[in-house]
Amino acid sequence: MADSSDLTRLTIAEARDALRKGDLSARTLAEAHIAAIEAANGALNAFVLPTPEKALAMADAADERLAKARRGRGKGRAKAVDGALGALEGIPIAVKDLFATRAVRTTACSHILDGFVPPYESTVTQNLWDAGAVLLGKLNNDEFAMGSSNETSHFGPVVNPWRREGSDEALVPGGSSGGSAAAVAARLCPGAMATDTGGSIRQPAAFTGTVGLKPTYGRCSRWGIVAFASSLDQAGPIARTVRDAAILLGAMAGHDPKDTTSADVPVPDYEAELGRGIEGLKVGVPKEYRAPGMSAEIEALWRRGIAWLEEAGAEVREVSLPHTRYALPAYYIVAPAEASSNLARYDGVRYGLRVPGSDIVSMYENTRAEGFGAEVKRRVLIGTYVLSAGYYDAYYLKAQRVRTLIKRDFDAAFERVDVLLTPTTPGPAFGIGEKVGDPIAMYLNDIFTVTVNMAGLPGLSVPAGLSGDGLPLGLQLIGKPFDEATVLRAGQVLETAAGPLPEPEAWWTGSPPKGAAGRKRASGRRKSPARGKGARGAKASPKRKASP
Amino acid sequence: MQVDEALVRHIAHLARLRITDEEARALRGELSAILDWVAQLEEVDTDGVEPMTRVVEMRMKMREDEVTDGGYPDDIVRNAPMREDHFFVVPKVVE
Repeated sequence: MADSSDLTRLTIAEARDALRKGDLSARTLAEAHIAAIEAANGALNAFVLPTPEKALAMADAADERLAKARRGRGKGRAKAVDGALGALEGIPIAVKDLFATRAVRTTACSHILDGFVPPYESTVTQNLWDAGAVLLGKLNNDEFAMGSSNETSHFGPVVNPWRREGSDEALVPGGSSGGSAAAVAARLCPGAMATDTGGSIRQPAAFTGTVGLKPTYGRCSRWGIVAFASSLDQAGPIARTVRDAAILLGAMAGHDPKDTTSADVPVPDYEAELGRGIEGLKVGVPKEYRAPGMSAEIEALWRRGIAWLEEAGAEVREVSLPHTRYALPAYYIVAPAEASSNLARYDGVRYGLRVPGSDIVSMYENTRAEGFGAEVKRRVLIGTYVLSAGYYDAYYLKAQRVRTLIKRDFDAAFERVDVLLTPTTPGPAFGIGEKVGDPIAMYLNDIFTVTVNMAGLPGLSVPAGLSGDGLPLGLQLIGKPFDEATVLRAGQVLETAAGPLPEPEAWWTGSPPKGAAGRKRASGRRKSPARGKGARGAKASPKRKASP
Repeated sequence: MQVDEALVRHIAHLARLRITDEEARALRGELSAILDWVAQLEEVDTDGVEPMTRVVEMRMKMREDEVTDGGYPDDIVRNAPMREDHFFVVPKVVE
């Protein structure tokens, strides 16, 4: 394993096993990723703050623990010693800039949190470090996680490692966890922390050919995560395989007395639950998701997914979620309302930016005017309006009643089935700047994912194929509350049936600094063309069955 | 729902956001479009439906009412844009 590009290809499971055997050191693994970040970040802008020195120090500490464990194993105390090692001992991880990290700048990619260095650590990231993980740095995201393209970040957009075949147009990686998804797809880290309020883990995962899991509301603590919409926000992992997502969730999850909405329920061994197959699993296909105007490509992908699950022994049946179409408009009342309340704390007094004014109110107004970007302002204003006197019942309470109906739809469906299968997004990644001028067109990206947050359910996006122009597409599995294990198990069946996606050609290495990312380059063939679209289509077609 | 510029300014003041004339004009159209779009919820019959308060049924945990954290004022004021000792400094608010 001398070549560092081989090391960045390792999955978390593979790296963990190599580290434990002593075939690989955590320092070498960290160095390979640090070099990859240095070479790529000018072009991709996935990291807003790489932390190479911290990574090496944490890696050295992990190496000491690993060496101690190996010495103990030599003395025949294998079990006790392995048990003392964390699940992520020596694994390098990058973290969305929404998670507070002690002594490491955390800004939510907003100008208003300029220079904020938290004196505390979020519970989820603390759980990772307790499990032995190594921090590679902080990742770009839409400002306060408000966006579906990573274009609202104060640090500028992230560029998707994937490009359309034969084109060098810069595409969005999706959002709001665009940096997390792009970094994992470009092999700058094997796994990343992300958050999902309306689709912010699953949509970017679909756009970058990665695996993204939004756990059940309450599965992971929200303590120390910059709040956007408190009744919808949930932390989850982005990784390159379903197994890695399972390993990461196991390390992140758990009850936290510091978050009253975190659930005090046992965390299963998600990795051990994989590979049990899905014989007899009941899979629902919600008919309302077959929206008019769904592209033939997405429809075909969905059918292929249904066929794959059937072949693995699942029973597929149609279900109805009649209030699906109202989820997105209800979300765009509930989320901005909660955001306007959560973002009231940014007032120039206790942290971040302050812009002087003639009195305290004008200081607040000037600070918030300069500190917030256009999309954040838009949502704060919508939220303030729907919560204002005289409108609260008509908008906010109405939306929360609709939300009850959406949840009831899912409850009824889950009496008949164990898991639901849908597309993750209405289409593949789009161009940077393409949807910036039209907020509603941008919001429609989340049409298949937002229902899941409204009902607090777990949702997983798995890469399932390529679009006609060579971009990744994802399928989404939705589970019962706290049944991530079934979602992951079914997700692995889809992953295996779909086969690995070809890797995007590494056009970003050694690129000149930011700004030159979009310039003309000779477009080359993707690596491993034999594993490309043609092979996939051929592999999938004999399996294809009629849709239910 | 048509929002006029006066309403945009009123909401912006409630939200403690200074907005320029140009922003007010742009926001008038954007907010109107978003509010028109969410108005489709009026179609849904929600009579007798409880508003959702939490997505997952769980009982709120009780704990002893005691101090479990604190005692680090340096950390609390460390990120303040203006501070004096362990105080946040703001423009004068009383005459």
